[in-house]
Amino acid sequence: MIAIKTLPDWAALLTAFLVLAGAALTMIGAIGLVRFRSFYERVHAPTLGATLGIGGVLLASMVYFSVSETRPVVHEILIALFVTVTTPVTMLMLTQATLYRDRAEGKAPKITDAPPLPADVITPDRTGVRQD
Amino acid sequence: MSMTILTWSLMAAQFMLAIAMVCACLRMFRGPRAQDRVLAMDSLYLNGMGLMLVFGIVSGSTLYFEAALVIALLGFVSTVALAKFLMRGEAIE
Repeated sequence: MIAIKTLPDWAALLTAFLVLAGAALTMIGAIGLVRFRSFYERVHAPTLGATLGIGGVLLASMVYFSVSETRPVVHEILIALFVTVTTPVTMLMLTQATLYRDRAEGKAPKITDAPPLPADVITPDRTGVRQD
Repeated sequence: MSMTILTWSLMAAQFMLAIAMVCACLRMFRGPRAQDRVLAMDSLYLNGMGLMLVFGIVSGSTLYFEAALVIALLGFVSTVALAKFLMRGEAIE
């Protein structure tokens, strides 16, 4: 806590709110990573930190440096773009690899374990078209 | 007054990001299978990147931004390589 420059009130409060929201969302995602039971549930939790958590911290950094250096500092957009593009790719590849490994051992989750879609409730033959 | 709020919220944010890293480490050590450990490592480097950015705000230097960018790039490459290794048994074909 040494080098914080003095900011106007609105910028300081906005930075504080954004940084707190981002860190809290990241922590909630990490707690979900510990508490969920199966891998297919767990893969959803850290994406909360990867999207809104990192986004909040990046926005706070942009606001803080733009106000304290009195010029627009937007190079944080680089990280935001990169994380937004790469997180779905990595999660998709990881889930595909997990599904492949589970199927090779015959332990893949059955589709019937999922709760029924609204269309399935209306039409039992899974076409989604009403029969009447 | 508002600078006091900013100082304390930056400290709280660092604390919460550290707790998130501890949770990811817990899953990495406990994870029943390899894919859980890879997922936990992915989450760990993202949390570390956020902590770097908060350090940058606290110290007022843009030096930490470049460290966060490098962490993001290397973490993506390593997670993709590990996922390919779990799928095929080798990372580079």
